Amino acid sequence: MSKIRVSTTVNGDAAEFLCESGSSLLDVLRDTMGLTGSKEGCGSGDCGACTVVLDGEMVCSCLVLAPEAEGRTIATIEGVAEGSVLHPVQQKFLEHAALQCGFCTPGFIVAAKALLDRNPNPTETEVRYWLAGNLCRCTGYDKIVRAVLDAAAELRQERTPA
Amino acid sequence: MPSPAFHVPDSVEDVVALLAADPTARPLGGGTDLIVQMRSGRLVPGSVVDFKRIAGMTGVRHEGDAFVIGAATPCTALKADAALAAAWPGVVEAANLIGSVQVRNRATMAGNLCNASPAADSVPALVAAGATCVVAGPSGKREVPVQDIPVAPGKTSLAPGEFVVEICLPAKPAGGGDAYLRSTPRTEMDIAVVGAGVSLVLDADGTCTSARVALGAVGPTVVLVEEAGKALVGTKLDDDALAAMSQAVQAASNPIDDKRGSVSYRKAMAGVLARRAVLVAATRAGAKA
Amino acid sequence: MNAPEQMKQFRHVGTRPVRPDGVDKVTGRALYSPDFKAPGMLWGAILRSPHPHARIIAIDTRQAEALAGVKAVATGRDLPTLESLVMHVGEGASDIVDVSHNCLALDKVLYEGHAVAAVAATSPEIAREALALIEVEYEELPFVLGVEEALAEGAPILHDNVFTKGVDPKPDKPSNAAMRVEMGGGDVEGALASAAATVTGRYSLEPVHQGYIEPHACVASWNGDGQAQIWTSSQGHFSVRALTASVLAMPQADIRVTPLEIGGGFGGKTTIYLEPVAMVLSKKSGRPVRLAMTREEVFRATGPAPGAVIDVRLGAAADGTLVAADVEFLYHSGAYTANDAGAGVSSAIGHYRIANTRVVGVEVLCNRPAAKAYRAPGAPQVNFAVESAMDELAGKLGIDPLELRLKNAVVEGDPQTTGLPWGRIGYVECLEAAKAHPHWSAPLGPNQGRGIAGGYWGNYGGPSTVNVSVAEDGTVTVATGSPDIGGSRASMAIMAAEVLDIPYERVRAVVADTASIGVSMVTGGSRTTFATGMATVQAAEEVKRILCERAARIWGVAADQVEWRSGEVTCLDGEKQGQVMSAAAIAGRSFHSGGPIAAVAALSAKGWLPGFGVHICDTEVDPETGHVKIVRYTAIQDVGIAIHPDYVEGQIQGGAAQGIGWALNEAYIYSKDGKLDNAGFLDYRMPVASDLPMIEAVLVEVPNPSHPYGVKGVGEVPIVPPLAAVANAIHAAAGVRLRDLPMAPDRVYAALHPEG
Repeated sequence: MSKIRVSTTVNGDAAEFLCESGSSLLDVLRDTMGLTGSKEGCGSGDCGACTVVLDGEMVCSCLVLAPEAEGRTIATIEGVAEGSVLHPVQQKFLEHAALQCGFCTPGFIVAAKALLDRNPNPTETEVRYWLAGNLCRCTGYDKIVRAVLDAAAELRQERTPA
Repeated sequence: MPSPAFHVPDSVEDVVALLAADPTARPLGGGTDLIVQMRSGRLVPGSVVDFKRIAGMTGVRHEGDAFVIGAATPCTALKADAALAAAWPGVVEAANLIGSVQVRNRATMAGNLCNASPAADSVPALVAAGATCVVAGPSGKREVPVQDIPVAPGKTSLAPGEFVVEICLPAKPAGGGDAYLRSTPRTEMDIAVVGAGVSLVLDADGTCTSARVALGAVGPTVVLVEEAGKALVGTKLDDDALAAMSQAVQAASNPIDDKRGSVSYRKAMAGVLARRAVLVAATRAGAKA
Repeated sequence: MNAPEQMKQFRHVGTRPVRPDGVDKVTGRALYSPDFKAPGMLWGAILRSPHPHARIIAIDTRQAEALAGVKAVATGRDLPTLESLVMHVGEGASDIVDVSHNCLALDKVLYEGHAVAAVAATSPEIAREALALIEVEYEELPFVLGVEEALAEGAPILHDNVFTKGVDPKPDKPSNAAMRVEMGGGDVEGALASAAATVTGRYSLEPVHQGYIEPHACVASWNGDGQAQIWTSSQGHFSVRALTASVLAMPQADIRVTPLEIGGGFGGKTTIYLEPVAMVLSKKSGRPVRLAMTREEVFRATGPAPGAVIDVRLGAAADGTLVAADVEFLYHSGAYTANDAGAGVSSAIGHYRIANTRVVGVEVLCNRPAAKAYRAPGAPQVNFAVESAMDELAGKLGIDPLELRLKNAVVEGDPQTTGLPWGRIGYVECLEAAKAHPHWSAPLGPNQGRGIAGGYWGNYGGPSTVNVSVAEDGTVTVATGSPDIGGSRASMAIMAAEVLDIPYERVRAVVADTASIGVSMVTGGSRTTFATGMATVQAAEEVKRILCERAARIWGVAADQVEWRSGEVTCLDGEKQGQVMSAAAIAGRSFHSGGPIAAVAALSAKGWLPGFGVHICDTEVDPETGHVKIVRYTAIQDVGIAIHPDYVEGQIQGGAAQGIGWALNEAYIYSKDGKLDNAGFLDYRMPVASDLPMIEAVLVEVPNPSHPYGVKGVGEVPIVPPLAAVANAIHAAAGVRLRDLPMAPDRVYAALHPEG
């Protein structure tokens, strides 16, 4: 079986790759493109460690076939910071010690940013339900939820003209 | 493990032709069941037919007060349609209990239906709502009630070459309300141990004039319990009516013991959840507390 | 928060700076095990047993070897034959023969998922295809999953050469009872007979998984000269080296293990599964080989914590004084002898003063994956039983459950289970903090109840090596051999900065590979901040001494005429009195004034103290469905001194969450044919964010006098009390006592509706 050629945009840059039809988008990001920030914790959509944003919606990249990405726009953890400037969600994860081992962190940050991009003022409950697809085994979620709420507050302040 | 052929047809007719040509071919919508099954080796399709790019497959169309939902419409998009969410909140909520936000951004109700899991969350709500679906196949299109699609766990009534292209929800009847509730050990990311969908209509004085109660995970397919609906019709949903409804639900439940729940627990929960769902639906139908 | 006793004011200890490895981890740059690739690498895959118990008659690998792209195939025959040798690396002891046979089965498979063969190929797809071409002929054997069934007459025996250890005289027949541990003293039966109140109960738990999100993975590269490199994440790369070298009968120094970032371990990454297999495949193929598990493989083949059956009897006088405890438990050891019974026995009732005790624990072999350490290994199971029984006893006596615990809680000087006196422990301080906490007296809503439980974990010290070196500009690098799982680089940097009295940002901490730093034990046993921290402090003190000595030499004054003040050397002597020399100035001249400035501390840390915790849990029970909602949770713990309080709180919150998961929903579920039926995150239900409330961590600081900064281990304690805290809260909310975990909705419902 010959491989399929796919053209996409990844973190703002045009990207082409060859893939097997049965490969997941996550396989291609990690093994072909070298973007190993998205993690595979389960391969079945149950942990969220592979969360990326596909055409504006967050998805588990392990549950997207690589050829489906043709012509689509993908945003991964590697594109969340602007150059060396961390996104407020990233900064707040650091300040709140919202990570221990850090393996689930990229998925949480992509998911949390996706939440704040559409809901600038979520309640604690909204944060918890939005992030329910992301498993963390280290933190008990407490500091993650606080970091996201604090990042939301900071983003609201940034958006408010002084 | 050979990789399947990957097709991106641009018409329904092409999808039908591709599916008809290869009995192992699978249509790909959201992929949240299909890809898991492929990766675990449980399913080895010779080809995958991605029909998402066909015009009309994604999105909600309003036909008067009725709704036509393209088969590739992700569950989260249903919430974004204010008229749909207002008319059929139970259906929209049910679809948005599946998996996580990430999963619901891909998963579709048509896929939930055709995966034919007895525990599918959106199906009891659709059945209660009286939804139908349009099936395209080699001999054209046909419209069938949603409950006629699954026939056994993992099996559908779809003939070779057939696939579901849209799901149709009728206009919300005056005085109507619907609800779906499920029981799961976790609050999210779980499979229904039992699910109950209810759609009912109340007249001006609060008497129930029609009711449909459908259950998930208490049999090989989602079950429409007609006796349960009958127990409500003509009543004001008083305690006796609710008890009779719960009893009918339990009588119609024929669940299995498995890793997700026992027979006795499932039967008991079917009664409890159906009653609670009736009360939510009644509130939505405008019942006075 | 208690004021530290006799501790000076700190500049850095107790602050909450950003961890040095943080940016890499929030940007996706940090390299974890599955992220690593070596040039020319092959992709490996492992064939696993479909049977829970079977004899391997033959393995035919010829078709797999003939498949294009396959470069090597390995079976248990490719591993050297070893003599039994019990190694004390990782967490707890393990026989190297068991470790080897667990990596690749030799004659028998002992559980579904047991590795039987492996391949290395040019792509993962080819590797998986090759597995399907390996033909294994099995003779299926009867299997046993339950601990009581495994001890029954006529049960299938897993190992012909296991005779119950700890029984005198040595039994004459092999047994699935691998080990029996007993402690205690006094007249238990007499004391129970005359007690004013007694409680009796049988409790059970299913095995649970550690649930780290990063699956196991490694890359091995074996050179033609017999030297090799391994890149992997683990809780201890020195343990990986020691175990892999022993399994392969090769010198340890010939293997260099480079630690990659670890995506959680919780005890489960203190052993090896893949490394010797990847090494054999690399040797056979002449190429680097990567092996990585899927989530399903992690569930089927890596270590769960043991399930258990536990019998408890407690007796107390009318005033609540505990007079007797009798505890006997069976732990699932799985396929090979595990290590949880000893810790279970020693931590069962050690937090109370009881004159008459008998505690017996038995490790029971059965056809499940080999049990491995999981956070306070062996303690939560028995604590669940004992702390549930304490609650029942309080009810019978009509005494507040917190007061009953307070009345019997051990204090410094009380005898431990071993007979030795307790050191400066903080159980009473935790109970007092619980009593004073607003949570304990907050009002409850309908269907809500409050539970409390206490417990402890012994913690550990042990070997650590640290190198502290000063760059020419005066900045400092701390290199340790301890993998950083939850912020230990930050705590090492804090401690070194504290010693040197310099800004935190001028100290950077790294985890060095096995060729670059001396031997260090695993990050486990809650030992790293204590033991590696002690080595860090010692090495930093030596660096400070060298800096002073160099300054004295440069000034030409006697060594005792200089003093370290505020991160600089001050001269006390003669006309130079009051002059200062910075670390940068000294280090900048070091090449010409005695050489580079560095110090190694290699020590085996002593003086560790146990940690005690008290958890308060509020639940709301749906009486119609049995659903349990955790409404509020407070975890109070004696942490010694918190070096970085954020990460201490994080350990407590994470441990509590794992305990809540264990209490409510997590369990291994087996089908009738002995196969794991929930080998994935969908049906192995760990808590998600919406299942939990905020978890308030209350740090009680009773400093450890044996550590320069008062540290006590904190990581494991918090998983001990939650099981009973939740069970006791359910009892308070719904009036039913659940003695079998998990307390999933169907179980709670069944307890509430016994009529069915």
